[in-house]
Amino acid sequence: MAILVVADHDNSTLAAKTLNTVAAASAIGGEVHLLVAGHQCDSVAQQARSVAGVTKVLLADNPALENQLAENVSLLVTEQGREYSHILASTSTDARNMMPRVAALLDVDQVSDIIRVESEDTFVRPIYAGNAIATVRSNASVKVITVRSTGFDPVAAEGGNATVETIASDHDAGITRFVSAELAQSDRPELSSAQIIVSGGRGMGNGENFALLYEVADKLGAAVGASRAAVDAGYVANDMQVGQTGKIVAPQLYVAVGISGAIQHLAGMKDSKVIVAINKDEEAPIFQVADYGLVADLFVAVPELKSKLPE
Amino acid sequence: MKILVAVKRVIDYNVKVRVKADHSDVDLTNVKMAINPFCEIAVEEAVRLKEKGMADEIVVVSLGDDACQEQLRTALALGADRGILVQTEQPPGSLAAAKLLKAIIDEEQPGLVLLGKQAIDSDNGQTGQMLAALAGLPQGTYASEVTVDAGKVNVTREVDGGLQTVSLDLPAIVTTDLRLNEPRYAALPNIMKAKRKPIAIKTPADLGVTVSSTLTTLKVEPPAQRQAGIKVASVDELIEKLQHEAKVI
Repeated sequence: MAILVVADHDNSTLAAKTLNTVAAASAIGGEVHLLVAGHQCDSVAQQARSVAGVTKVLLADNPALENQLAENVSLLVTEQGREYSHILASTSTDARNMMPRVAALLDVDQVSDIIRVESEDTFVRPIYAGNAIATVRSNASVKVITVRSTGFDPVAAEGGNATVETIASDHDAGITRFVSAELAQSDRPELSSAQIIVSGGRGMGNGENFALLYEVADKLGAAVGASRAAVDAGYVANDMQVGQTGKIVAPQLYVAVGISGAIQHLAGMKDSKVIVAINKDEEAPIFQVADYGLVADLFVAVPELKSKLPE
Repeated sequence: MKILVAVKRVIDYNVKVRVKADHSDVDLTNVKMAINPFCEIAVEEAVRLKEKGMADEIVVVSLGDDACQEQLRTALALGADRGILVQTEQPPGSLAAAKLLKAIIDEEQPGLVLLGKQAIDSDNGQTGQMLAALAGLPQGTYASEVTVDAGKVNVTREVDGGLQTVSLDLPAIVTTDLRLNEPRYAALPNIMKAKRKPIAIKTPADLGVTVSSTLTTLKVEPPAQRQAGIKVASVDELIEKLQHEAKVI
């Protein structure tokens, strides 16, 4: 039986994390079909059909699916999913919101947040905020799984040549109404797919001082993140939070500025390839995971870093 | 309106987690246990809605062994009116928990159900959504703002790109995120009063639910430890290392 992957997208662009989810599906083995559910999302289907390893794209286009309301999308995924051995989605908030509904409607347990595939029925996932790693086996008839992007290297976005099949998409539960979205506008890369991330913590002192980090980030082509302490203090918006309850990231380079290194935060970034910590407190726990630590006043070191970094 | 709140007994979030030597599970012997932080936020939100006159009764439910009565008492001290314990030997998995809670919804007919967005032990983040699907109800997950008005609840949700607001027909299921509120501390007189509030004990059989799971945990291991690196003396040295040693810029 084939594997169904639910694509992440915004009705115009296929999200990069879908490539990681497809990689997890390929690790399980078997034919991979990609479901694009949305509204006026033809361009997403066109991008989806060239993803390496995907043999079929299912396109469901309906106004009721436009905002990824879980009540509606889950009806569609459940209907399609019965024919598959596995249903996979990312750990985006849309997927985490929707997939447990699918599992419940199929009367199976879900395996959340896998970071490794051991076999077609055995998966590895972090528990207790990554302080323990569990290996779990599922004997569910359909395995409903969410995939942590950082656990799998993405497949190529090009090279595939899948067919596109338009499927029935009249799935409106009629119990939820989308009111509004307030999405951050930024020219910087997205946190979850950035190669370099510069993050600030409580040590930044206030929201205005994050301008220092934006300057460094723009020079590096980096995304900007924050610790929970900085978000809770109101310095920056919640969508910038890196950590157990925020975004889990694993870039090539993670620069932690004025971040002490609470377990909560470490759980969200400790799989980064190279970690740099800049903190004036040399006892800060962040130094225990940093490859390069600089004990310094960030208000001196960060401007210096900005001026000395190559263009 | 009646509000139902589900609370889970978990390891206290301040406790350092240790894996058992035989790698069968996490070691919970003699470890401090507490209400799951997200569930505590759900209790607080229910109490605030009642204080605003939007609710007239708060029923709090927990699933697990007798020790869960401790967490029910905590919720009662924060302002819930009565408790229900559904006795199971082990904490049930998410799907079984959702089935038990669905049966409680059928009995209690609440107008709003509040749960934490995830438990900090299993980190599944599934129960609220599964419950909503089984009950055929709308859901507002990762809530950072909840307003009840004329048969509907408006939920502002913390999503990847920022915030999303949805309007749900009541009854509805809402799961709480961190920034919804800051739970109060229970005052001593309320802790004393909570001791006299009723807790009903039920079994899964009473509710017509069989607790089972299609998942087996094969092993639990400690995570790979990251080694501390070196301290650099200056910004110049840092840039030099990043360029020529780590080769990441």
